[in-house]
Amino acid sequence: MSALPYAPHPDGDRKPLTYRVNLASPPDLKAYEAQDGYAALHKVVKEAPAEVTKAVKDANLRGRGGAGFPTGVKWGLVPMGADAPKNKYIVCNADEMEPGTFKDRLLMEGLPHQLVESMIVSGYAIQATRGYIFLRGEYVVAAERLNKAVAEAKAAGYLGQNILGSGWNFELFVHTGAGRYICGEETALINSLEGRRANPRAKPPFPQIAGLWGKPTVVNNVETLSNVPHIVLRGGAWFQGLSQGKSKDAGTKLYGISGRAKKTGCWELPFGTSAREILEEHAGGMKDGLKLKCWLPGGASTDFLMPEHLDLAMDFDTIAKAGSRMGTGLLTVVDDKQNIVSVVRNLEEFFARESCGWCTPCRDGLPWTEKLLYALEQGQGREGDIQTLEQLTHFLGPGKTFCAHAPGAMEPLQSALKYFRAEFEAGIAKAPAQAAA
Amino acid sequence: MSTANNMESTQPIIKLADLPRQEPFVLHADDRAAIEHETHHYEDPRAATIEALKIVQHRHGWVPDGAIPAIGQVLGIPGSDVEGVATFYNLIFRRPVGRHVIKVCDSVSCFLTGYDDVKKAFSAKLGVELGQTTPDGRFTLLPICCLGACDKGPVLMIDQDTHFDVAPDHIDQLLEQYK
Repeated sequence: MSALPYAPHPDGDRKPLTYRVNLASPPDLKAYEAQDGYAALHKVVKEAPAEVTKAVKDANLRGRGGAGFPTGVKWGLVPMGADAPKNKYIVCNADEMEPGTFKDRLLMEGLPHQLVESMIVSGYAIQATRGYIFLRGEYVVAAERLNKAVAEAKAAGYLGQNILGSGWNFELFVHTGAGRYICGEETALINSLEGRRANPRAKPPFPQIAGLWGKPTVVNNVETLSNVPHIVLRGGAWFQGLSQGKSKDAGTKLYGISGRAKKTGCWELPFGTSAREILEEHAGGMKDGLKLKCWLPGGASTDFLMPEHLDLAMDFDTIAKAGSRMGTGLLTVVDDKQNIVSVVRNLEEFFARESCGWCTPCRDGLPWTEKLLYALEQGQGREGDIQTLEQLTHFLGPGKTFCAHAPGAMEPLQSALKYFRAEFEAGIAKAPAQAAA
Repeated sequence: MSTANNMESTQPIIKLADLPRQEPFVLHADDRAAIEHETHHYEDPRAATIEALKIVQHRHGWVPDGAIPAIGQVLGIPGSDVEGVATFYNLIFRRPVGRHVIKVCDSVSCFLTGYDDVKKAFSAKLGVELGQTTPDGRFTLLPICCLGACDKGPVLMIDQDTHFDVAPDHIDQLLEQYK
């Protein structure tokens, strides 16, 4: 550790992503540089691009956007060398719209330069010609701060021609969207960035081969990319050690709690911290008079888990084994005063509204699901409705649709049916519904 | 309206004369310049479609019909493609809206922390339901999906401002800021 090219900040070794975050007044270029900012960029431009990808692979960095795909592997698929296409792109997925997720906003509003540096360093790894931060249109403050950071970085020579004498040219743009959840799906995001309706594309070809304007493109989440400069500076072994043996997944994770808990919020913790620690120690437990009924581990498109699952480590494999997905890692807690049918109806209303309409099971199946749930919520359900919902979880499940939108929508529904069937049954009308007068 | 669903009726459901009359649309020179500037950020001018729609909307409050072919002309793409984009995204309005647009988050975390009460309070105060504009043209009330501030729910946006931890009794004071 003695060979570090900078003076390490003690918190930087423990909470690399957030120790410099300042939501009220994020560090400008000078302040960021004074806190090791752009040290990673100065370091990488003296190395071969492949070294950066290797460092990310060695660190075992996995995508923080929900799927957990190994970042270094993704980058490794990009054509490199003299025969590679001239234009290549790195795109940051900053379209944070998964209900219950509020981590990327924190990183972009509180430390915009970290994402800008991350984009440049990651762009160098794949020798990208341009980068785009695909930011959701509602993040007005983040857009303003990121644009300012990009302008400062450009003025400092961190963007543009022959960056830091490396001979590498790179431009970075902030692209703001106009609101649609499906833009978070990487191929839909690429269509949206090209100025088209955000329908997903068929894979293969994968974006690393043919993405934006048919050129090699890497799409990574904000939190994923933000880890890269720290891995470059401190190394893979340090990164693997951050999870303190709580998980075989490496690094820290931005975990959070929303719902009716005492102190809702978002915290950077070792990867694999238990859901119980997040809820009880960091959020102070449920509000007085409320009990935990169930929880979504990482957004609307993850299966519900129960109070008995709280001791599980919040990592990709452990949560998958319990029948759900870690997703974005921000928990939504549902209290015992809530009717599960209403909560699921709310979730499915969201998915039905946000379906892009490209394929039939999703376009027609989600509004049908919502309609059945609405009837059950009103006590107007009919015999057979629950069986129909169960069938829909299959017809809209994995492999039946073009992208993961509808299968994601089915996850909270199928788990709610499993754990709380009686509440659905209570929504079936006892007597035949009377005809409207 | 009683004949609206009667397919045998000879009356057209919508009469042309009933549609709101629109002045011919002229793309403002500043907007044209701004759209052309945006195209330089991309390999293909089409990619500036969303930004172009936002530029027009910023001036007019919404995207008038005539703006669709006008944008298509600047970007060199068919108007039908521009319309496809305009009607796809939540934040592009193809119908007139009020001077201020209230977007209330109705996703799960806000739903758990009091969305229903906040929405009801807005409807009662303004006399409009979701999707409607007040008769004085001051406010339009819309739902919006997760605003990414779930720890501070209920959350909503009015125009470009995000408001956190909103309670029904905050609403009078909140609306006073938007004339």
